[in-house]
Amino acid sequence: MPEGVRSKERTGELAYYQEKEELMSRDEMTALQSERLVKQVAHVYANVAPYRKKMQDAGLEPGDVKGIEDLHKLPFTTKDDLKEAYPYGYLALPLSQCVRIQSTSGTTGRRVVAFYTQHDIDLWDSCCARSIAAAGGTNEDVVHVSYGYGLFTGGPGLNGGSHLVGSLTLPMSSGNTERQLQFMTDLESTILCCTPSYAAFLGESAHDTGVIDKIKLKAGIFGAEAWSEEMRRDIEKSLGIKAYDIYGLTEISGPGVSFECSEQTGMHVCEDHFYPEIIDPATGAVLPEESKGELVFTCLTKQAFPLLRYRTRDITMLTRAQCSCGRTLVKMKRLMGRTDDMLIIRGVNVFPSQIETVLINSGYPANYQIILDRVNHTDTFEVQVEMTDEMFSDEVRVIEQKEKALLAALKSMLGISPKVKLAAPRSITRSEGKAVRVIDKRKI
Amino acid sequence: MILDQISVFVENKPGALSDVTAQLSEAGIDFKAFTVADTAEFGILRFIVDAPKKALTLLKLNGWVASLTPVVAVKMNDEPGSLARILKLLSDNSVQVEYMYAFVAQEEGRAYVVFRVADPAAAAALLEASGFATSASIVR
Ligand SMILES: [Zn+2]
Repeated sequence: MPEGVRSKERTGELAYYQEKEELMSRDEMTALQSERLVKQVAHVYANVAPYRKKMQDAGLEPGDVKGIEDLHKLPFTTKDDLKEAYPYGYLALPLSQCVRIQSTSGTTGRRVVAFYTQHDIDLWDSCCARSIAAAGGTNEDVVHVSYGYGLFTGGPGLNGGSHLVGSLTLPMSSGNTERQLQFMTDLESTILCCTPSYAAFLGESAHDTGVIDKIKLKAGIFGAEAWSEEMRRDIEKSLGIKAYDIYGLTEISGPGVSFECSEQTGMHVCEDHFYPEIIDPATGAVLPEESKGELVFTCLTKQAFPLLRYRTRDITMLTRAQCSCGRTLVKMKRLMGRTDDMLIIRGVNVFPSQIETVLINSGYPANYQIILDRVNHTDTFEVQVEMTDEMFSDEVRVIEQKEKALLAALKSMLGISPKVKLAAPRSITRSEGKAVRVIDKRKI
Repeated sequence: MILDQISVFVENKPGALSDVTAQLSEAGIDFKAFTVADTAEFGILRFIVDAPKKALTLLKLNGWVASLTPVVAVKMNDEPGSLARILKLLSDNSVQVEYMYAFVAQEEGRAYVVFRVADPAAAAALLEASGFATSASIVR
């Protein structure tokens, strides 16, 4: 592994943590992925009983997978599979060879526990190091990690990555905002790692307590929850930084499965370790590049907990469009929703987050409600939006024009046309401070 | 004279209208004119009061979406056809009327017609130059 990332500020060059993999040609990458997949399938077939059974049920033998082009033949793995096999069912090596356990943050039912060998930890750390380097991190930075440490992967992942980059690492963990701000100013933290909502909160607190001018942050790496482009801009302005997205999940390793670069138009997937696919969540069919669907990952290099075709339930799309940062790793777009939230309206898949995007882009507040009903066997689809001072006019004609423009934007995003209803301010139902986004009255 | 008209957004729900008027009346605000423009989905209440800035502040405090719009109020004389003459004058000078409504100023016992135009100052000047009185001493 390379020895840290040296500052190239004086030369203006872009810094990578693992230049070879991050800038690999497509042919080389495909060959590497194929070689790794073939080995992985043999390992999994030999050591993980549920996979062996699934493959046998599908009439497959390890030899049927000769390269990455055969991946689609393999069965999927779901979160329910993992819960059923809790805790050791998908473990592929004896516990004596594992060195770490992490767990998902699920609040209901059985958690998912994931196992790591030292090799698995190292590759996970290296992915986080790629992310920190992509955010401009070098051995001259102070990386302030305010993700939780413990079973949650956020803290340990970025901590490991920061060590590899050679940055000075501040293992703050979450909470105690006053102490966070004190360390941040006294020790001159330059890169902040936490959830976007905590970053927004830290920004507000820094302004409120008047320490904002003493903050030396230049970048932030924010993940573990969905956030919008608008939120990114707010955080960047509040803290005076560039804010980068990072994605990951415990089942696959942790943060760093994909990470954002200076272009800020999506996250490069560490596809030499985690092979991504986009599928139609209803049929399981693999969709072409630039199509929106459910993200699926196959672990190509992990040893202890190597999941194949794991369905994340996250909705996004993949793109191999050339990136200005030079990386050739495939990019996934910002998360567009969860299959769990997906609504099927008149046969079309609709995600509430798409509606939110349209509203924000059209200058409306992101406060809305979707009302679904079924009249004469046809779905009715209404989007209620709260009226604001900015949208209001004393002329009916002007309001109706704005309504029409919004309708056109919604139709172009969703592929179907909702009815838009302008509601009085603060009239949209909230429960415990959170807005209820979808009211589905359809009886199917 | 140019008056500040209050416009308020209301949903087409029973009670919305009386909520707005009750809140303002309780604060001692006196209504001079009142009109509603409504569609199938929503309505815009438009009114002239004696203290528009106070009314606007009060409405916003109570969570309504409301705005002030400058409008021209023209005093109607008793001669027949005076409204038609005003409309012709505006039209001849390419002044587009977005909407209009009439009210009676009780103190004077005279009818006024309110015009919503893009440039109320220019329209008022045009009307005054043609001999129409656009004064109304109804606003504090
Ligand atoms: Zn890039």
